[in-house]
Amino acid sequence: MLLPLNKTVDKFTVIAVNRFGLGAKPGELHAVADDPRRWLKSQLRPSAAGNPPALRTPEVFAEVRALLRARREQAQSGEPESAAQNRSNNRNTYARTVRRHYLEQVGQRYRRAASTTAPFRERLVHFWSNHFAVSADKQPIPALAGLYEEEAIRPHVSGSFADLLIAAEQHPAMILYLDNQRSVGPNSPLGKRANRRSRERSFGLNENLAREILELHTLGVDGGYTQADVSRFAEVLTGWSIGGANDRGRFAEGTPGTFEFREAVHEPGAKSVLGKHYAENGLGQGEQVLRDLALHPSTARHLALKLSRHFVADEPSAAVVDRLAETYLRNDGQLVPVYEALIDAEESWESLQTKYKTPHDFVVSTYRAFDYVPDNNRSTAATLDLLGQAPWRPGSPAGWPDNAHDWGGADALYKRIEWSNTVARIAGNRSDPVALGDAALGSAFSQRSRRSVARAESRLQGTTLLLASPDFQRR
Amino acid sequence: MLSRRQLLQYLTAGSAVAVAPTLAFADADTDARLVLIVLRGAADGLALAPPFGDPEYRSVRGELALAEPGVREGMFDLDGFFGLHPRLDALHGMFRSDEALIVHAVASPYRSRSHFDGQDVLENGGSSVGAERDGWLNRALPPLGGSIGNAAAIALAQNPPLVLRGAEAVNSWAPSRMDDADTSTIERLKMLYSEDSFFAERLESAIKSQNIASAMDGSSARVRSQDQFRSSMETAGRFLMADDGPRIAVLEAGGWDTHANQGAENGALANRLAALDGGLAALQATLGEVWRHTVVVMATEFGRTVRVNGTRGTDHGTGSAALLAGGALNGGAVLGRWPGLRERDLFAGRDLEPTTDTRSVFKGVLIEHLGLSEKYVEQQVFPGSTDAKPLRGLVRS
Repeated sequence: MLLPLNKTVDKFTVIAVNRFGLGAKPGELHAVADDPRRWLKSQLRPSAAGNPPALRTPEVFAEVRALLRARREQAQSGEPESAAQNRSNNRNTYARTVRRHYLEQVGQRYRRAASTTAPFRERLVHFWSNHFAVSADKQPIPALAGLYEEEAIRPHVSGSFADLLIAAEQHPAMILYLDNQRSVGPNSPLGKRANRRSRERSFGLNENLAREILELHTLGVDGGYTQADVSRFAEVLTGWSIGGANDRGRFAEGTPGTFEFREAVHEPGAKSVLGKHYAENGLGQGEQVLRDLALHPSTARHLALKLSRHFVADEPSAAVVDRLAETYLRNDGQLVPVYEALIDAEESWESLQTKYKTPHDFVVSTYRAFDYVPDNNRSTAATLDLLGQAPWRPGSPAGWPDNAHDWGGADALYKRIEWSNTVARIAGNRSDPVALGDAALGSAFSQRSRRSVARAESRLQGTTLLLASPDFQRR
Repeated sequence: MLSRRQLLQYLTAGSAVAVAPTLAFADADTDARLVLIVLRGAADGLALAPPFGDPEYRSVRGELALAEPGVREGMFDLDGFFGLHPRLDALHGMFRSDEALIVHAVASPYRSRSHFDGQDVLENGGSSVGAERDGWLNRALPPLGGSIGNAAAIALAQNPPLVLRGAEAVNSWAPSRMDDADTSTIERLKMLYSEDSFFAERLESAIKSQNIASAMDGSSARVRSQDQFRSSMETAGRFLMADDGPRIAVLEAGGWDTHANQGAENGALANRLAALDGGLAALQATLGEVWRHTVVVMATEFGRTVRVNGTRGTDHGTGSAALLAGGALNGGAVLGRWPGLRERDLFAGRDLEPTTDTRSVFKGVLIEHLGLSEKYVEQQVFPGSTDAKPLRGLVRS
């Protein structure tokens, strides 16, 4: 932990490691001190995929769906006296299975965050995963959210935003989360047939996915679209579904748990979205709208604002937002030039500690400060839940907020203090909190906090004070 | 618990100590229980056991001097010279039943003023920081014959503190819920946050809600942190009572670093002492008959300045007092040579001059109470400390 003192850890290093990265591991500040900007940029090269997850969405989806089917079939079969019991057993098996997948994925995510040597890249994965949020409070998302992050987000963080956008919107987790498998074009073959047969049970459009793409994923709420654009875009997206959306009959075709375009529910014909005419082209029609949305100036501004809010400050200057948006458009929505502009922006390096950590940031940076790779998935998930940021469960497609006032509840701070104390007790009296603080915070460790930690009445208390200090609570 | 059967197994195992069994276990009480409480933060020995008979006492202590014995809220009189803090009610009762001892003017060999380093020396049992990699109480365990799954010692903490760490397997236990930060930690955070309004305002309102929430269940935040220690002491008692349970328990208590507003009969330090006292009473009650076989040792890393500082508290010092309690003690006395409180008597002109090495107290307890041989204690537990002679006569014969 104690490294040669001849290298100075300047403000730039601390910002690179703690605000752009995930918080310093012991030695990390010194290791990148020579050229922190180059260290950040080196993480932007598309990397080898790493270890692909052992399980992928189709397998997990098939397993979960089979359990749901068993539950339903049992409910429909005879044996009235035991039916309730069976239902409850099946429900438990289903819930246990979903929970098992969720905890495994949570564990994998936080082990990776705690140990990665490319923490800026990892922060970008988390950023985009939250930008395109699915929320685990809707079934069966808990079993899929981590896989979604690995399959749809991670491979595209260094590519073009359009590819990232299409991958996210076509992932089964997103389709299911925003109900697009239920959306049926009224004039599609299936829509017409069904509505002829039964007046009451009419199939129709579901605008959920279209609206969230416009409002949250691309243009932004003030991005200049109308309700008519939402409706037309929803028609464009009819047919975007998943294989095996139902057990049998309609929607059963296709490989369960993979994206499936269903011609039979697609609203036929040309449509106009944001004033542009799109000829009928099946799946290609929706992909073309997404590609155009990706390059829309409103999208550029929306993404530029979110990125600079995440990496510069809660209220970034208009200058930096403009520059990022301009860079984005000039590079046809390629993301790496935008990240590079962020790294080259003066504004990024003006002040230390501009951001109040989210609970996720706090927990990950604590793991890293202790060089600890969490091995208890249940406890990792429980900790984040207790601190107010259950993994992949923001509760809405808007994702987690990114402003200090959104996280600044008094009780939330008290919970952070209590968790700091718990960590200190686990770490015991063996680690020197001053050395720990120096290695984790470098020049962001203020004299005031350093003195307070050094004068604590025990190492344990010193560790609590360090983790709860304003210095460690900000990045 | 460690039984005579295990002891016999040990004696016949032919290890180094067993070659001199009469020396090793002469008069050992094999039902003996030991509880060590590490008082972290440098407890003020002059407040624990004030020397009211010393002519300098009142003048050097100023506003921290405790009221005389016999007056309202006055200290307890132990022997006409030393008193006991008025909030140490249960300990006073034990003292009167010859079940408590005070050893005054004690210190480890550490002579600087860092808590972390001071605790390191207190716990490693050597003469300097890092002198030993493990804890002295762990090194005392081999003759006691514990084993993995049947450890002779337990720490009431998520991880054993240094004093109990080392080659011998030990157990540890702590409640699994999130820990409340103790009062002293919260006070320090308040100070740390005081120049950052974002944090200061939030902490202040969180503390208000905490107080309201705890008022609803009939306690207060302060009382709750006392309850935590009491409940740890009760848990320690239950472990020590269990068949095949440990016979040694280690606890830690913080909150002794009273730089500001230390208080006298009442206040921050008085509240810590009341919590400690409540824990002792709870342990005695839990142990019942086993209390007769028990010694509790309370020791701190160093003492505090004799004089009051500019913030109505005391700063890091040197000599302090060690407290012992338990039915196995030959108690009712204040031990140690009193160095005096005149300017020229003080260490570095500011601290109580230590006259007894804390290790002398520990050695006496290990030898007389746990029955370890003096040779083993000198060679294995506290190597290189022959100047610190074991205190004798601590335990009932």
